[in-house]
Amino acid sequence: MRTDLSAFRLERPRTLDEALATLASSKERLTLLAGGTDLYVYLNAGLARAGRWLDIWGLDELRGIRESGGYIVLGALTTYTDLQASELVCAVLPLLAQAAATVGAVAIQNRGTLGGNLVNGSPAGDSLPPLLAYDAELGLRSARGSRWVRLDGFYTGYRATVLAPDELVELIRIPRASAVAVTAGRYVKVGTRAAQAISKVVAAFALGRSAAGEIAHARVAFGSVAPTPIRLRALENHLLGRKLDDALVRSSADCLAAEIAPIDDIRSTARYRRFVSKNVWVRFLEECF
Amino acid sequence: MKIVGTRAPRAEGIEKLTGKAIYVDDLPLNDFLWGLTVRSTIPYGRIRSIGFDPSEDWSGVTIVTAKDVPGKNVVVLLEQDQPLLATERVMHQQEPIALLAHPDRERLWELAKKVKIDYEPWAPVLDIDASLAVAQKLFRDDNIFKSIGIDKGDVEAAFSRAARVVERTYETGLQEQAYIENQGMVATYDAAKKRLKVAGSMQCPYYVLKGLCPIVGLPPEQVEVEQAATGGAFGGKEDYPTILAAHAALLSMKSGKTVKMIYDRVEDLMATTKRHPCRTRIRTAHDADGRILALDIDATMDGGAYCTLSPVVLSRGTIHAGGPYNFENVRVRSRCVATNTPPNGAFRGFGAPQTIFAMERHMDVLASIFGEAPHRFREPYLLQAGQTTAFSQNVGEDVCIVEIQRQAVEETRFVERRRACEEFNRTSRWERRGIGLATFLHGAGFTGNGEVALDSKLKVDVTPDGIVQIFSANTEMGQGKDTTFGQIAAEAMDLPLSRVRVVTPNTQVVPNSGPTVASRTAMVVGYLVQQACKALRRSLEEHAGKTWKDEAEFASVAADYLRRRGLLEKWAQYQPPPGKVWDDKAYRGAAYGAYAWACYVAEVRVRLDTMEARVEAFDAFQEVGRVLNPVIAQGQIEGGVVQGLGYALQEEVKMRQGVMANANFTNYIIPTFADVPEVKVHFAERPYPFGPFGAKGIGELPMDGPGPAVANALSHALGVEVNRIPATPEHLMELLQGE
Amino acid sequence: MSDPAAETVIRCTINGRAHEHRCHPLASALDFLRYVVRLTGTKEGCKEGECGACAITLDGVVVNSCIVPAAHLQGRQVRTVEGLGADARFSALQQAFLDCGGAQCGICTPGMLVTGTALLEDGRPLTEQRIREYMAGNLCRCTGYGKIVEALLKAAEGGR
Ligand SMILES: Cc1cc2nc3c(=O)[nH]c(=O)nc-3n(C[C@H](O)[C@H](O)[C@H](O)COP(=O)(O)OP(=O)(O)OC[C@H]3O[C@@H](n4cnc5c(N)ncnc54)[C@H](O)[C@@H]3O)c2cc1C
Ligand code: FES
Ligand code: FES
Repeated sequence: MRTDLSAFRLERPRTLDEALATLASSKERLTLLAGGTDLYVYLNAGLARAGRWLDIWGLDELRGIRESGGYIVLGALTTYTDLQASELVCAVLPLLAQAAATVGAVAIQNRGTLGGNLVNGSPAGDSLPPLLAYDAELGLRSARGSRWVRLDGFYTGYRATVLAPDELVELIRIPRASAVAVTAGRYVKVGTRAAQAISKVVAAFALGRSAAGEIAHARVAFGSVAPTPIRLRALENHLLGRKLDDALVRSSADCLAAEIAPIDDIRSTARYRRFVSKNVWVRFLEECF
Repeated sequence: MKIVGTRAPRAEGIEKLTGKAIYVDDLPLNDFLWGLTVRSTIPYGRIRSIGFDPSEDWSGVTIVTAKDVPGKNVVVLLEQDQPLLATERVMHQQEPIALLAHPDRERLWELAKKVKIDYEPWAPVLDIDASLAVAQKLFRDDNIFKSIGIDKGDVEAAFSRAARVVERTYETGLQEQAYIENQGMVATYDAAKKRLKVAGSMQCPYYVLKGLCPIVGLPPEQVEVEQAATGGAFGGKEDYPTILAAHAALLSMKSGKTVKMIYDRVEDLMATTKRHPCRTRIRTAHDADGRILALDIDATMDGGAYCTLSPVVLSRGTIHAGGPYNFENVRVRSRCVATNTPPNGAFRGFGAPQTIFAMERHMDVLASIFGEAPHRFREPYLLQAGQTTAFSQNVGEDVCIVEIQRQAVEETRFVERRRACEEFNRTSRWERRGIGLATFLHGAGFTGNGEVALDSKLKVDVTPDGIVQIFSANTEMGQGKDTTFGQIAAEAMDLPLSRVRVVTPNTQVVPNSGPTVASRTAMVVGYLVQQACKALRRSLEEHAGKTWKDEAEFASVAADYLRRRGLLEKWAQYQPPPGKVWDDKAYRGAAYGAYAWACYVAEVRVRLDTMEARVEAFDAFQEVGRVLNPVIAQGQIEGGVVQGLGYALQEEVKMRQGVMANANFTNYIIPTFADVPEVKVHFAERPYPFGPFGAKGIGELPMDGPGPAVANALSHALGVEVNRIPATPEHLMELLQGE
Repeated sequence: MSDPAAETVIRCTINGRAHEHRCHPLASALDFLRYVVRLTGTKEGCKEGECGACAITLDGVVVNSCIVPAAHLQGRQVRTVEGLGADARFSALQQAFLDCGGAQCGICTPGMLVTGTALLEDGRPLTEQRIREYMAGNLCRCTGYGKIVEALLKAAEGGR
């Protein structure tokens, strides 16, 4: 690796409380280590932050998928393999299950966690659009207590979050109501190749139609088209109360174009990202008819 | 035949399947140092000074700069323009400037940051146009490493009477070999004995030897080069290992310890050679019926900052440019230019994939302009017995490209599938399908008189316990040479495979049977194996007065021979096939002793919402002489095709300021299991009299076809000309939007 | 890895044998296996989790050892290519690789075998498509993958 480890220390708490206490008492900002699939790429490349690291991978309190009080609740250490293996997730949160199946390949899915994907905060993170589309909330925990924040407000800028230095992500919860409201959904990943690919554009679409055929529920979430994963609020509002027809396809595509701000980077171009974002949306709507 | 042509299992298979094969990073070493290279961070400029941060304790660090080179500070290849370590000026990003060694590998990366190089940056030349305009003089007065011309017939006259002229420009990008084992080398210098040993991942031990000696100032007798198990090469370990070996050697000479240098993926991608990018303009003159009267090709390759092997790459590219066709009037002009980018080098196909891409795209462009099916348009021009190639080689009877193309078209149901794609495209809202083919040839062995100049020698002997040993400098790098050499020897000796051993290439042990490149190993060197074994057999049979009935009898004959007469070894030396004449000045004549002939068919599906293309089916038809081992031969074709599919669709080296910006496996995208279809391989066999049991070379062939076959399929699917690869989704989008 | 103060003792079972070695807990499991334990069958291709040459299993779960801290081997059952065949005998998958030509240069092979073994052991029916998805994190530049698919199908048949 390109990192001299002599300036690194690893601490391995046995319980969540121990981890929280360590976080609370540390003067320097600790680096939390979960599955390591992001951190080790940085470490091997000589780009990781030296200092104290806190290993949370062993904290089983942060694992598990359950239903409780109208929510589906996922531990922060839930891996992509766990998601795909969960009947509950596959049945109720299909967009998330599909996303999990497109992350990296098996060895990555076995180690990569939702908490890591969320906090690493890459705008290309594949779990983020489905979580946004399902109105996910994050349970943040510190020795000071717990709080819930909406994923929609979690990011403050490119790879920046509201997480305090002494906090960690404990849970992710999704209101069952937000999941069952979806009558037509789609997860789209446009990666650099068929597998083991970082997304050039990733999106989750979740629409619900009333008995009368009007759009009563709309979530449109994109990754890799802005500094953070985003929900297209104006587009969602535009859809609400309308019926799906050609005109709506066209006008909504215009809304979409106005709301995204992709850039050129090493994986793709802004022009391509615009082209694809619009097309996958239009194709989804057309195929909903 | 009992052994040639069978599915003999891979000779070194057991070691590779149990994790016991020893690659360079696995060599057991004690008390050694790791080495690291300090490289330039600008593309072009003067080195004002090399400084070492005084806050660092450098006492435990071995440091080498150009002034520590005991011999000549030059990488000897075709020209002597490349220094081993830059001194006054840097010509490209990542050019080696200094070397460090230390026991702690991770520390080295910190230390490297503390070597401060002060530059005076100059405006770099970063592409072909800037180089041709001689924005800066990088190489001689014109920035041209080499230019070549081929002429046949009277091109000017044909163009002057043409009813129509069609002109297009085709482009192919850089491509990275992407062997999965990065480059690595271990060097040990014994100061007392003045002996140097290097071992590592390489294709050509004698190239390394030849390059090392003048640098370290030792004669070849005191330098030993040994190949470790090599985890893929594809040309990338043809010339570069010399540089790495010399770096490790210098650090070992200075430190007195064994030094190990293993690149990581990022360094390997940024610093080592790649396939030359190429821009090819093709003009064809046509009569009123669309028939081709003349072909005019102009190709330019980007060689990077130093000459390295560029002239040879250009040569093969130029020779293959005219394809498997018989045109009356041909002109080819080609050149390779200098830019301030890391030198480009050998990569499977060696220039041919670039120009074949252009030719085979052009044939499809013409077919579509003149309203004919692609195979029908090509057929009248395909070489037939007695006709001559673009470089005026009479192909004699050794030609079957008409049959190969016909077979490909029939067996793939090309015409029906083409129609089915068109039908599909009329009704599909979001998808397009297309099918395309490419018809081509690939010459095996060194070009022209190259094999004569190489003067390859090979030795076989027999041990007291009755094992036939093959001594050759040719390396096993995955292509199956240890297995096929064993098969050839066993067949020639009428012995089971277990009686044959292929000796590890080590320059102190094996003779120079030439480099392991250019699809020459099985055909050219394999023939030497056969010849040497024939001689060995004759001696033993004469000694016994009969032939052996089984291996036990062979063993006792061999033992008896050695007991009575001492040594038994036989040598074979390359002899050119009779009647093959090559004129290197005029670029005319017998460029290669033999060609493999092929027609590849690709079917693609493109999503219009994302412009992602998938290859849904791929068929590779080829005539290769004799198939020595079907598993190995298929493996070569399948692997080469998939590399070619990457070249066609995905693999893009993104250069920024003269350096690869996507230098990791996350962003340099090679095909995975999920990206490619089953590749169906079809062999036709017409034994070649000067290959071992009739075999011809096939190693590079499969790299040539996928690029144009896929681009032709994409053009068919989308109704636009896809004249550049890689045809990434971004590129296809731009093409369609440009309409 | 030079600072002894930062090191810990890693205890784990590798291919059925108990091991105990000192190492920085954040060293990669790959470096730990190759340079500390000196089991060099596991290969390095990228150190970014992309290529799968370094694949091993931890308690039966496939991971890329280049992006796993050595600390996470603590107390685990580790399997590497060296542990695939029992007593110098080939596993069905190793034999199928030899028969079908699944290995060429061999550098991807340890990772292919480890991942492929996990795939075979997971017991679900194998199809070409499933193989191509499951194995997609293992890059091979030599074979074009076809012969590896063939070997996996053959080993699955033989196993039943
Ligand atoms: C080869 C490869 C392929 C990949 N492919 C994809 C892909 O297709 N799609 C995709 O989205 N990602 C991909 N990734 C990235 C990565 O796998 C994911 O982001 C993964 O979810 C990260 O989880 P982790 O547990 O491994 O994170 P880690 O690396 O352990 O941590 C990542 C970051 O999150 C922080 N963190 C982790 N858990 C918590 C917590 N509970 N509370 C607070 N902070 C926390 C860490 O401190 C660190 O900053 C890939 C990575 C690799 C190496
Ligand atoms: S070396 Fe670990 S995945 Fe490539
Ligand atoms: S066999 Fe060489 S990389 Fe797979």
